Amino acid sequence: MPVLGRNDMPRQDPEKRRSNFDEVALGYSHEQALAEASRCIQCKKPTCIAGCPVGIDIPAFIQYMADDDMDAAIRELKSMNALPAICGRVCPQETQCEEVCVLGKKGEPVAIGRLERYAADHEQDNIETEAIEKPAATGKKVAVVGSGPAGLTAAAELAKMGHSVTLFEALHKAGGVLVYGIPEFRLPKSIVQSEVEYVGSLGVDLQLNTVIGKLDTVDELLEEYNAVFLGTGAGLPVFMGIDGENLSGVYSANEFLTRVNLMKAYQFPGYDTPVKRGQRVVVVGGGNVAMDSARCAVRLGAEEVTIVYRRGEDEMPARNEEIENAREEGVKFKLLSNPTRILGDESNWVTQLECLNMELCEPDESGRCRPVPLEGSEHLMDVDVVIIAIGTSPNPLIPMTTKGLETSKWGTIIADEDGLSSREGVYGGGDVVTGAATVISAMGAGKTAAKAINNYLKGNK
Amino acid sequence: MPFKILGKIQIVPTIHQMIIDAPKIARKAKAGQFIILKIDETGERIPLTIADFDPEKGTVTTIFMEVGKTTKHLSTLNAGDSLQDFVGPLGNPSEIEPSDTVVCVGGGVGVAPIYPIARAHKAIGNKVISIIGARSAELLLWEDKMQEVSDELYITTDDGTKGHHGFVTDVLKKLLEGDEPISLVVSIGPAIMMRTVAGVTHPFGVKTIVSLNSIMVDGTGMCGACRVLVGGETKFACVDGPEFNAHEVDFTLLMNRLMMYRDEEQQALENYKCDRGGCQC
Ligand SMILES: Cc1cc2nc3c(=O)[nH]c(=O)nc-3n(C[C@H](O)[C@H](O)[C@H](O)COP(=O)(O)OP(=O)(O)OC[C@H]3O[C@@H](n4cnc5c(N)ncnc54)[C@H](O)[C@@H]3O)c2cc1C
Ligand SMILES: Cc1cc2nc3c(=O)[nH]c(=O)nc-3n(C[C@H](O)[C@H](O)[C@H](O)COP(=O)(O)OP(=O)(O)OC[C@H]3O[C@@H](n4cnc5c(N)ncnc54)[C@H](O)[C@@H]3O)c2cc1C
Ligand code: SF4
Ligand code: SF4
Ligand code: FES
Repeated sequence: MPVLGRNDMPRQDPEKRRSNFDEVALGYSHEQALAEASRCIQCKKPTCIAGCPVGIDIPAFIQYMADDDMDAAIRELKSMNALPAICGRVCPQETQCEEVCVLGKKGEPVAIGRLERYAADHEQDNIETEAIEKPAATGKKVAVVGSGPAGLTAAAELAKMGHSVTLFEALHKAGGVLVYGIPEFRLPKSIVQSEVEYVGSLGVDLQLNTVIGKLDTVDELLEEYNAVFLGTGAGLPVFMGIDGENLSGVYSANEFLTRVNLMKAYQFPGYDTPVKRGQRVVVVGGGNVAMDSARCAVRLGAEEVTIVYRRGEDEMPARNEEIENAREEGVKFKLLSNPTRILGDESNWVTQLECLNMELCEPDESGRCRPVPLEGSEHLMDVDVVIIAIGTSPNPLIPMTTKGLETSKWGTIIADEDGLSSREGVYGGGDVVTGAATVISAMGAGKTAAKAINNYLKGNK
Repeated sequence: MPFKILGKIQIVPTIHQMIIDAPKIARKAKAGQFIILKIDETGERIPLTIADFDPEKGTVTTIFMEVGKTTKHLSTLNAGDSLQDFVGPLGNPSEIEPSDTVVCVGGGVGVAPIYPIARAHKAIGNKVISIIGARSAELLLWEDKMQEVSDELYITTDDGTKGHHGFVTDVLKKLLEGDEPISLVVSIGPAIMMRTVAGVTHPFGVKTIVSLNSIMVDGTGMCGACRVLVGGETKFACVDGPEFNAHEVDFTLLMNRLMMYRDEEQQALENYKCDRGGCQC
């Protein structure tokens, strides 16, 4: 009879963590990890594997952990997933691997993500990264554009296949959303850094500060490289198009998070980049991006941080765990409310936000509830910082400078299931193809495309 | 992979020229584009216009004025030092098309970025009249270089120590009232100057281009820090610009948004001066 309840993971106390950027979830102890690993009943037909977008052999790595062979566990994980320390932390496990774990039917599913995290962290702490066997060089060159999870994975896979890989990144640091978007307290940057170094140790040549479409176009890359992978993400911020959005103190979540995380504005003036530390902060949106923005604002010292979201709590796309964390840290939720106007003072500073109450109707055939405004319910909130976190779309820079690269009406690059775009030799994957999604799905896409590129380079297709 | 500084000189008080080894950028750069640099790990990303570039030598020249922490720090670096990050070329190049007389108006440190634009117009055979101004004669920049690429060059100083006593816009207005067939005015300088230029050319219906210096972070369209209002539409200066039709620009918004971090900038500068022994704290 398996243990029904999972082992809790220790977390930093909410009162304390409100004023620091240290990691919130502290990870299992060795004993907790062993205990949790032994909850897995090693199903003959494990359902969990199908829930993982990169197909990790979950019972296999967990069995190694239960046997206290962490080195074997991490080897098993890394054979399918180059970034386990990251996925163990940020995967929405509750809708992926853990959702379909059989133990979830009667009790709580195995804490697969926490175990993955433990094994990966154990490796960081304990063993020297094994010398990587250099595969025979194929003599083929591949350019990977964008160093988010999609690009990092594609680059690592292609290098392991013996291709010569150059990874181009527009910013001054590699990692994509993992460094500029997801905050330190959820994903320490040192972890991203060591994963980037691992990819470098495979022989990938990382070129930072390189904006493809400006410095070189994709067509110019194709003169030098046999194939190109585009993993440029969905980094273009969407604004609401309401009055007052250009007031000082109104940020896109991308700008706010980039200042705080990538540029380390939370350490200003030790770091030079400033960010406005508001007292009354409103974050518009209900996804992970909104939660991250709100929780950063709390840590920057705001008195009151409110999430304004036009639907109800059940409709919020953010992970439950993150909503819970935000609530514990004192973030307020103003649901069924939609901003209609932002007001400012004579020197262009934001002062108030006008919102309209919404009502959820019965779900339509598609199952989605459309919120409808309640006429006459306009009301004002006092604010000094507003952060818009209602979504992003792909940056048009590359499609604009690449002839014949087809995009959808949402600006995403059109690619087949292998990641092949409308241009021969040009592949894509991750948010740039799907629109904003998840770290693990971007990695899965990077891996799939790497296989397809390998076939293409070998002339199999 | 740091970017080496090959040369740094002070051209006039508080304004410096820096030549950076950046062969790839030098090969791709065009008039009107800019770079973003970050000095070191804790530094801020700041945009500077590409004032000159040499594809053969692989160098990019920037001209910057000391206004705050980053530009002050930059002014202490010298040949042999390096910058941690240097990215470009960013933004759209200037449109350089055959036309009637082109008037290039540069004010203060804005003379530097106007230079490659004037040179490009001259190179395709356009007649170029340039008006360059500064607060005072000792702060006047690149007179000789501007002379080389202009058919006519006018100089103005606010205090009358050289050339016309007054503003660049006084001379511009006279030219517009004269017989010269002017089809384009390009102006770069402080926002307040560009706004005045726009006001002067508007009644004459002459196409006027300005280069907007909004606050930026990434310079690739990812953050929206640089948003400006042009013709009633929100644009990102880094990817939609930096050059825009002056008659459509909301300069008040631009100037207000440039003030957004005034307190923080002040604090950063004070700290920096203290660190360097400039005060008694
Ligand atoms: C704040 C926030 C929180 C999130 N939280 C989670 C979470 O908890 N769990 C989860 O699974 N997902 C989360 N996501 C989503 C997840 O981060 C993304 O789906 C994932 O990062 C997409 O990976 P990618 O490789 O496709 O693109 P990105 O991570 O966006 O990386 C793209 C990279 O390409 C670079 N680039 C773009 N254009 C160019 C160019 N022209 N030349 C060179 N380089 C270029 C960019 O600078 C960037 O570094 C979150 C997203 C955000 C913004
Ligand atoms: C596309 C573009 C091209 C530019 N080209 C040049 C150039 O060739 N030479 C040059 O000297 N400067 C140029 N600038 C302005 C330059 O980026 C700023 O002067 C610099 O960021 C100031 O940094 P700081 O840390 O020294 O000063 P800060 O402490 O950031 O600011 C000090 C003072 O400068 C003002 N300021 C801040 N940012 C800007 C800005 N973007 N533009 C104007 N004033 C600002 C502040 O309001 C404050 O009064 C350009 C800006 C843009 C957007
Ligand atoms: S990578 Fe993500 S989905 Fe796959 S097993 Fe790990 S936590 Fe689960
Ligand atoms: S479904 Fe759950 S219990 Fe079964 S093997 Fe997978 S993790 Fe273990
Ligand atoms: S500087 Fe970030 S979008 Fe222009």
